[in-house]
Amino acid sequence: MINFILLILIYTGIYALMAIGQNLITGYVGLLSLTQAGFFAIGSYVTAILSVTYGIDFWITVPIAGILAALFGVVIGLPTLRLSGDYLAIATLGFGEIVRNILNNWDSLTNGPMGIQRIPMITVFGMKISPYAKWGFLVVVWLFVLVAFVLFERLANSRMGRALEAVREDEIAASSMGINATRYKVWAFALGAGIAGVAGSLQSTFILSVTPGVFTFMVSIMVLCMVVLGGMGNFAAVILGAFIIQFISYFPQLVGLSNIIPPQFKQILFGLILVTMMIWRPQGILGRKTRGEPAIFKRRGGKK
Amino acid sequence: MIVLETKKLTRAYGGVVAVSEVDFQVKDGLITGLIGPNGAGKTTLFNNMTGLDTPTSGQVFYNGEEITNKSAHRICRLGIARTFQNIRLFKELSVLENVMVGLHFKTGKDPLKGRLKAAVDSYLHVRTEYDATHEKAMKWLEFFGLSEFADELARNLPYGHQRELEIARALATDPQILFLDEPAAGMNPSETESLMNTIRRIRDLGVTVVLIEHDMKLVMNICDTITVLNYGRNIAQGTPEEIRNNEQVIEAYLGKEEE
Repeated sequence: MINFILLILIYTGIYALMAIGQNLITGYVGLLSLTQAGFFAIGSYVTAILSVTYGIDFWITVPIAGILAALFGVVIGLPTLRLSGDYLAIATLGFGEIVRNILNNWDSLTNGPMGIQRIPMITVFGMKISPYAKWGFLVVVWLFVLVAFVLFERLANSRMGRALEAVREDEIAASSMGINATRYKVWAFALGAGIAGVAGSLQSTFILSVTPGVFTFMVSIMVLCMVVLGGMGNFAAVILGAFIIQFISYFPQLVGLSNIIPPQFKQILFGLILVTMMIWRPQGILGRKTRGEPAIFKRRGGKK
Repeated sequence: MIVLETKKLTRAYGGVVAVSEVDFQVKDGLITGLIGPNGAGKTTLFNNMTGLDTPTSGQVFYNGEEITNKSAHRICRLGIARTFQNIRLFKELSVLENVMVGLHFKTGKDPLKGRLKAAVDSYLHVRTEYDATHEKAMKWLEFFGLSEFADELARNLPYGHQRELEIARALATDPQILFLDEPAAGMNPSETESLMNTIRRIRDLGVTVVLIEHDMKLVMNICDTITVLNYGRNIAQGTPEEIRNNEQVIEAYLGKEEE
């Protein structure tokens, strides 16, 4: 039982990283992108291939996975970010599927549908972090989440964060204020992709194998659900969203009802959640971060 | 001195010629009015001068430099700011943040440093950057008497204040020229009165103002020079007195008397 809860928490952490990226793209810049699964896959395979084939240490593969995913973010961002709304969603969805199909068919590099097995475990100071023991891995994953949270929260409060929100609110007005809207959209896309790549690295050292079948469209939808459920434009909220969604999807197993409740049940539930939230609480459970002076600056106290 | 001018600027949408070979000039330090009946091409001309639209032919010069095909954010950075006919505020941002966005390229950026370094600096010193921007933004809010609304969401502001906020945001970019697209639209007489004072105060800051307006009282009162467009053509320009007595202008507005 406790092991199972730890498992949920680890997956929450991995998905929270993706949700943080998605929040920057969707919550801050207002771009409906459905491609986190693609970047997640790229990150996973980078770590898998580098560590299995070339014997490179996990800690070195993480930044490479992040940077490579971010580069792909730029490459697909530049042409597609001219599109808006539904069109962008369709184009990015296409990219996610292309990645999965390439992984499925590029046998010499990815070993096709068989995937890559026996990925080495993470080592910290010569100590192996076994995914079976869970506690150690849990700490590692949540350290990543903490760092990402601090970095992205800070970014959102910087002048870049304001520029991103201005682009979301009104692109024309933003560019008339001297803001290069395209540049900021691509940056946000790249950063969101990069963090999903890092999440992919963690995923592959947790499962110790990668197969293309994992990185389906459902992953992107789940991540989007997390952001919408928690609250767009609020990094703490999307982490909460990640937990709730993971909890729901493992709930049947947790209470031992997996025989009665089919796995498809969670897809129905996600759909229901999205629709209900859109009708009753479009701002999400916690809603957008409150306006006024950013909370992290409140230490000075009182009004100036 | 002429700070901005268009040379034979034409903008056609398919067969519809919105602006046709317009030579428009803006003189430094003056308030220039741009008037004309609805559909005369005033806003199109504005859009072509501020980079939101690209002319079909013709050129735009700013301080002698050609800016015809430059993008909107570049033109803003050169010193041309604008407001919009149908207010375009960042509605879900606070009043203060709206102005802070206007300060975007004026703060946290040292032109001597590389772009990336400047970005990293403003990221690492978020607090300092925020304080500096905050302070400058508050000054602009004070100029417009909007300080008390600083933390209010922009969409919650009363209409008249929204117009003022849009001007404040544009001024925060520290422009040499400020374009106002129908600033008095939808305002009552007392609001218009206070707007006139505001525009004069803006001119006194040393900002050249160009405005599109239908409120003739406002235009005749505060403009130093007026240009009249009709059917995309420049039909007259001169002082308010000259414009008031110009036959072509009267005809454009009132129609021709049957003989």
